Parts: sequence; structure tokens; C-alpha cells
Amino acid sequence: MSILVGPDTRLVVQGITGNEGTFHTLRNRAYGTNVVAGVTPGKGGQDVEGIHVFDTVAEAVAATAANTSMVFVPPRFAADAILEAADAGIELVVCITEGIPARDMAGVHSYLRGTGTTLVGPNCPGVISPGEANVGIIPGEICEPGRVGLVSRSGTLVYQIVHELTQRGIGQSTCVGMGGDPVHGIGFIESLELFEADPGTDLVVLTGEIGGDDEERAAAYIGERVKKPVVGYIAGFEAPPGKRMGHAGAIVTGSRGTAAAKAEALEAVGVKVGRTPTEVAELVAGALA
Amino acid sequence: MDLYEHMGKELFARYGISVPSGTVAENAGAAARATKELGGTSVVKVQVQVGGRGKGGGVVLADSPVGAAQAAEKMLAEGFQGMPVTRVLIEERLAIASEFYAAMLLDRSTGKYLAMVTAEGGMDIEELARTRPEALRRVEIDPLLGLRMYHLRDLTGALPADVRAGVADVLRLVNTLLTEQDATLVEINPLVRLQDGRIVALDAKVTIDDNALFRHPDLEELRSQFPIDEVEARAKEAGLQYVKLDGEVGIIGNGAGLVMSTLDVVAQAGARAANFLDIGGGASADTMATSLQVILSDPSVKAVLINIFGGITRCDLVAEGVLDALGRVKARVPIVVRLDGTNGEEGRRILTEAAHPRIVPASTMLEAARRAAELANDGEAA
Repeated sequence: MSILVGPDTRLVVQGITGNEGTFHTLRNRAYGTNVVAGVTPGKGGQDVEGIHVFDTVAEAVAATAANTSMVFVPPRFAADAILEAADAGIELVVCITEGIPARDMAGVHSYLRGTGTTLVGPNCPGVISPGEANVGIIPGEICEPGRVGLVSRSGTLVYQIVHELTQRGIGQSTCVGMGGDPVHGIGFIESLELFEADPGTDLVVLTGEIGGDDEERAAAYIGERVKKPVVGYIAGFEAPPGKRMGHAGAIVTGSRGTAAAKAEALEAVGVKVGRTPTEVAELVAGALA
Repeated sequence: MDLYEHMGKELFARYGISVPSGTVAENAGAAARATKELGGTSVVKVQVQVGGRGKGGGVVLADSPVGAAQAAEKMLAEGFQGMPVTRVLIEERLAIASEFYAAMLLDRSTGKYLAMVTAEGGMDIEELARTRPEALRRVEIDPLLGLRMYHLRDLTGALPADVRAGVADVLRLVNTLLTEQDATLVEINPLVRLQDGRIVALDAKVTIDDNALFRHPDLEELRSQFPIDEVEARAKEAGLQYVKLDGEVGIIGNGAGLVMSTLDVVAQAGARAANFLDIGGGASADTMATSLQVILSDPSVKAVLINIFGGITRCDLVAEGVLDALGRVKARVPIVVRLDGTNGEEGRRILTEAAHPRIVPASTMLEAARRAAELANDGEAA
């Protein structure tokens, strides 16, 4: 079992004809993901290695019953692409694109609340359920099917921690790279909720980093709602303190966003926090033993 | 991108928000002349991209052109909190009746805009928010619906009756500026009522979303006016994310999260990172050569740690990139290279076979950090 992506995933790739889009689509398909269509406006009728390309997401959905979209569209058109997918009835949009203006994403975020569409990203490495489906750019080779769920803000840290787990023979149910943009789709809390309900997940690894208050809010949620064990990691203890312009940010979060404050918040609700990625894998092994 | 106060105020003026008359001065003479034109007195304000200027001596009341010149001279010569200062703002002194606080920002925890107003300007706003949150009016603004009339009534409801309309006007203009210019923060602290009744923004903190600068070439242009370290400039040109730190282990890694994690692991191994350097997705020989050049130009570096996790990046190519780079850059210190992930074994084999005298291969992040820390500490002793 898994969350978000799996054997039922029917993937349409928006921006399939670009270099990155083609490269990762083919990698995802080679991994076993059911890629049913591509979309590039103006290129309808073409095909990419046997994958039919449509002009619009609505056409792709009508013809192929796609239920998941992966977005590789350039930043200035990406918000439009996410909205188009939602309007076409896509259930899950995974947006890999980096550099989308925050105002565009704020509008998307507000609009999606009224739809049945879930967003992962933007500026994220995607979602993989090892052995079932890979939607994004996480290298499938480093993963192993298993029962540990992982959710992370940083991309390369997903790789590092998954690798440490796999090396120890600990497989993963699903790895979610939620992305680090200020306005993003599902976060720690939504992922924890899905993992908590997933019978295929026994433990969740939460990987955070300095800035914002996502980790603090996740800690509060864990304290109230999560019964499964959670192991944490926070990057950035030694990172240079960011320059602060005004007071508004600190008033809103009530936090300085430091690694120490985040680790403390997690530990206060019983989450074991590893000081290195290696120690995270050790803590997971210990908790599962 | 954080704007200097005077840039923020220029934006304010463009949108019709009242600001004090002022002139930017880059030397003491200009500060004196500007003060003379303002009638002989002025406020001299250091222009930097950080807060805390009021408490830190960055705002000086000058009673004469000579006084303004002296204050400007001192700020320009000494910098502010370790940051170089290239300009000061010389402004008219105004007769203030009362002070407020107003801010609008993109709230990352809700994905909505948030507006905040308090009648109690001029005091510690963060302290106020903690101890008496009811004194701070907050309103969430849906990005699709925008700022509504009732939002303004709510926000200004705790202000003295005779300033509500004036502050509401300012908030409306701030909202327009925020959306049109892709700002993620506009903060006015303080917003004041003058004795003659006018509402004026005495300060301006404006942050523009870097991702949206393609829509604002005029703002993008402002970037060139911010002082930047020579080494950082070179790294930036090559598309590298580089931040100088004060330790002795030079760090190169791929991905911000992994690099931050590397700094932490090096610290736990008993040494300190000399920098943060993220080479991003690609790790070509060119990128690697520039990265090594940048890092080795820092004399405090006693050892280098290259920590690459190959996802899409292939470790065999990284290994070749490192060797190629070392053909072009002279390595004066040991370089620990940790390659893991896609084609990691092949990458390590390439490095081992090359047997470069300066390269120390490592297979895990922990081992690499420990080796680099040891070598840096030995280098220190020698």
C-alpha cells in the first residue's frame, strides 16, 4: 500500500515535449508508472516514444481517463497549467517546476480549495511509491518497497535519507517531496494524515529545514492526532542566520524559524530527531525493531 | 529581494502614499547640501537591507548641515552591523502627532495575504503581538477576492476616529502596490499622523518576490545597486549559490537541503564550514572548476569537502568533472570527495584509479565529514 501515487495512477504529463519533461516522463514510465498521455499546447497529435500528446488536459482526460498530472511547464505558465488540470478533473497534480511567482501560487492555492484536486509542489522532486509508481524526479534506484513513509521539504535530502534507509534494508511505502516554496500544495500535516490512515505505513520520517513554521505546526498536529511513530530530521543548525527586514514575519509565525526551535518542538511531542541523516536511519531501525 | 528604504519610498510615492521629502546622499557633502535645502535640519537614515536601524544608531537627527555631514560620514565609513553602506537617506523632519503600524504580507502558513494594523506604533511590535495580541488587528485576504471594504473597516477600527479614513486609503494603496509589484511584504513602521493631520509613511520595508522579477525589469535593475562580495559575485555569475561563512572546511554539494545538512555534520565532526555552496542539479567539469576556484580563493579554507548525492546527476560524470577541474585549478589543500547514489561505485573507482595526491575519496557522508574535519584541524596545527 501507499499514498498519493500507486498502481491506480494514470499519468498525464503537462510539458511532455520539453527536454526535462521528456527525460523524466520516460524514466517514470520505465519505472513502471502508467503514463497515459502528454499535453503541450499546439503539439496535439504528436507522440513522445509512443505516448500520445494532446493540446489540452481536458482532451487528454476524455481520451485516456488520466487521474494524475505531472507539471514540467516553465514558471510563467505553470500556475495556468495547474488550474487547467484541476478544471479537467485531475485528482492529483505534482508540479516539479521551480520559480513560479508566489502571487500566482497564492491564487492557485485559493482556487484549489474549492475543487477535489490535491497539489504536491511546486519546486519539488515529486512522489514515489517504490515498486508501484514514480511521479517526478526522485531516482527510483535508491528506493526499496517497504513500510516507512517519508515527507520532506528538501529534494536532495529526500535522496540522502531514502538512501540511508535502503542501505539498512528499510523499505519505503511512499516518499513525498513537498517542495520548499512559500505557497505550496500538501505539506507535512496533510502527508501525516494520509500516512496515518495508510495500512501500508508503520512509521513516518519527517524531514524539515530552517525557515517558516511548517515543522512547528506539524509538531502540534502530531501531538494531537498521530499515533504512528514519527522520526524527524532538521537541516540548517549551522546555516547563517537570515537577514530580517521587518517584524511582520516573526509576528505571523511567532517563531524565528531556527533549526533548534523546530527540533525542540518536535521532541516536545515525542518525535525522535536525528542529528545526521545516518542517525535518522538508526532511529527508524530502532523504532521498528 | 529586499529593497532599500528609499527604493520602497519611491514605490510608495508612485502609488500615492505620502512619504517625507528626501534625497539619497552617497557622501558627506551631499548630505550637508540636502540638509541645507531642507531648511537646515534633517533625519539621516542609513540604507541597508536589515531592520533594527533605530536602536542600532542607523537613524540620526541632524540639527545642522554639518551635523548631517558628520552622521553620514560615520555611517558610510563604519558600515552598519557588519554590512557595507554606500548611501544614506536625508529626509525632512516632521512634527509627529501619533504613530501607528501597518503591514501587508503573503502568509506562507495559509497561502493568503495578511494585513495587520495597530494604533500602538513606535513600540516593540513583536512584544505587543505576544503580550496583547488583541491590540493588533489582523485580516486575512483571499488572493482571488482581494481587499474588501469590510476588511478596511475591521483593520482601522481600533484607530482614533479621525485617522481611520486616511489609514484606510494608505492600506488600499499598499494592497495595490503589493499585488501589482509582486511584493511579498510591505511594512510601514511607523505610519504617522502629523500635527497638521496628514498621514505619512516614515519608513518603508518592501520585499519583492524573486520569482516574479521577470515581470518587473525596473525592479530587477535595482539589484545591481546592492553591494556584493567579490567572490559571491563570481559564484553568482556561474549560477552557484554561495554564502561565505567563517569556518575552515570549504563545502561543495548539490541541493540546498543536502548542503545545509553537510554544514551540520561537519560541525558535529568538530570543524566549521567556510561556506555554503550549492551547485544545483548539474555537476559538469566547468561548474566544479568554478566552485573549486571560488572556494580555494578563501585563505581560511584548510580542507575541502565535496558531497554529491547522485540522483539525476551521475557520480561517474562528477568524478570526471572533479579530475578535469583539478587539471585547471591548483589544489593547495586536501579535497575529500564523497560520491553516492547513481553510479556511485563507478565514480569512486574513477577517483581511486586517478590517485590524485590531493583527493581523499569517501563513501559515506559521515566518513567524509570526519575526514574533512580532521584534515582541516591538522592543517590548522601545521
